[in-house]
Amino acid sequence: MNSAIMIRIRGFIEENFLFREDLSGLADSDSLLENGVMDSTGILELVAFLETEFSIQMSDAEIVPDNLDSIASIASYVGRKVSTALAA
Amino acid sequence: MRVEEFLRSSARRSPDKTAIVAAGLRPTFADIDRASDRLAATLVARGVQRGDRVVVFMENCVEAVVAIFAALKAGAVFSPVNASTKAEKLAYILDNSGAAALVTQHNLLPAVADVLADAPLLKLTIVAGGSSAPTLAGALHWQEALAAEGAPPAFAGIDIDLAMIIYTSGSTGFPKGVMMTHANIAAAAESITTYLENSAEDVILNVLPISFDYGLYQVLMAMKLGATLVLEKSFVFPQVVFEKMRSERVTGFPIVPTMAALILQMRDLKPGSFPDLRYITNTAAALPPAHIARLRELFPGVRLYSMYGMTECKRCTWLPPAELDRRPGSVGIAIPNTEAFVVDEGGRRVAPDVVGELVIRGAHVMRGYWQDPAATARALKPGPVAGEMMLHTGDLFRTDAEGFLYFVGRKDDIIKSRGEKVSPKEVENVLYALPGIREAAVVGVPDPILGMAIKAVVSLDSGSVLSRDEVVRHCARHLEDFMVPKAVEFRAALPKSENGKINRRQIAEMEMGALA
Repeated sequence: MNSAIMIRIRGFIEENFLFREDLSGLADSDSLLENGVMDSTGILELVAFLETEFSIQMSDAEIVPDNLDSIASIASYVGRKVSTALAA
Repeated sequence: MRVEEFLRSSARRSPDKTAIVAAGLRPTFADIDRASDRLAATLVARGVQRGDRVVVFMENCVEAVVAIFAALKAGAVFSPVNASTKAEKLAYILDNSGAAALVTQHNLLPAVADVLADAPLLKLTIVAGGSSAPTLAGALHWQEALAAEGAPPAFAGIDIDLAMIIYTSGSTGFPKGVMMTHANIAAAAESITTYLENSAEDVILNVLPISFDYGLYQVLMAMKLGATLVLEKSFVFPQVVFEKMRSERVTGFPIVPTMAALILQMRDLKPGSFPDLRYITNTAAALPPAHIARLRELFPGVRLYSMYGMTECKRCTWLPPAELDRRPGSVGIAIPNTEAFVVDEGGRRVAPDVVGELVIRGAHVMRGYWQDPAATARALKPGPVAGEMMLHTGDLFRTDAEGFLYFVGRKDDIIKSRGEKVSPKEVENVLYALPGIREAAVVGVPDPILGMAIKAVVSLDSGSVLSRDEVVRHCARHLEDFMVPKAVEFRAALPKSENGKINRRQIAEMEMGALA
């Protein structure tokens, strides 16, 4: 399940952000912030995408680097969020 | 007063007080003073002389503050450059300023490595961060540069010497170096801290790049006041910045309209979440009245200052917070000990409600543009006192009956995006370098977060095929982040004026009209 999520997230990031830089080699665990992939408006677009794509609601406290600063951390956050929603 | 005395006197008054909180570090005023002494001694030992330029190409970090004060203690002139600047523009600035030294950081070396061969005057490059041995031939690592106990020269200069050259976008497409003396900076800092009623008890949070004068002055004013500065690299994660504001008990929070828009997008922010916060300042572009109203709900009891300025004199006007309800659209009155007024084409002061150019008088007005007498002559014109130069801002203003100022528009085509000035010409020059582009015009389109978003309107050579992604990627390789177009429109041809020039203004007006 996580790998399917990962593919969708990477697809979104590549399509919307990675094309700007020569960062095709960006690893799943690389920081999006440190590598200049993500800026303030990028985060807003990412949050809007995650909420629509995975039918989740994000609180301010969840919009933090621990959850959103790499493709892997986004996938793992979304995985937790989706499974909590299913369990509820 | 010379600017390095800001730091020295605070270090004498309160040596053990925390000067900066950044990236987990908490250096004291004495620490910053000592580190900048050592770096100044190294700069001098390696050949930097009084009046030489030292380019500081760094993100917001403690080392950048140390580098700025070290340059001044060495008698040199610092020039801060945005960390997202690409190789060509960095090369232009190193060449135009004739820099003798460059202070940068490890993760910016890809841009630096490409340009060093083209900067023959550069005697020294210092690299902070990363492994102890910089991969760049001939470069000195930060640790080495600060290793030896060292004292800067006893005499560094006087306060009418240049302190900094700060590059700003010009309508020609080439950045212009705004020259500021120590006395200019001291006058601006004194005026601003007066109306903000700052004291050593303030804790100022800065997320704005210190290559941008608004961000830079947070550093300079905190050092002058002996106030603690909390330095963050960005506002990408507002929640993280807000937690820092609460834990550090921040009292002063400078923002630009894009940050206000991001704050107002937050979902769980409750009024009164920042009990220590005393004031918020806004400049770079006006806040929409609706945003002002919502900020005041979220930050009750916090004074909100609407201000207006330009790099050429740092700050022009401020609106006393008590006036905000009466005139939310005004940027106020001249800052203390300066004058701001509106003139007609002949330089005569105009009556209230008549639109004209804003002119500024005061000790904060720049000395001109570095090695650009023609541009200097357009901006600086003789004032009433012998030898005085007044700043003609190029911005159109009017006043109300009580003399409060209102921004109307710019005389040139400069676009304000994310609070930063973008020269359409500079972006167009980069677009024309992309094979396949026949015509290009760059305009601003209103954007709820960015203020104005950059849009490229292009036509292609016959037979050429380019995608939006290819155009944006090309721009991102050559321009600072805030200059990269968000949208690209392809047209068969661009509208021209009678003399055959591309009519950028007509395209811009069509963009605005389409939204109306």
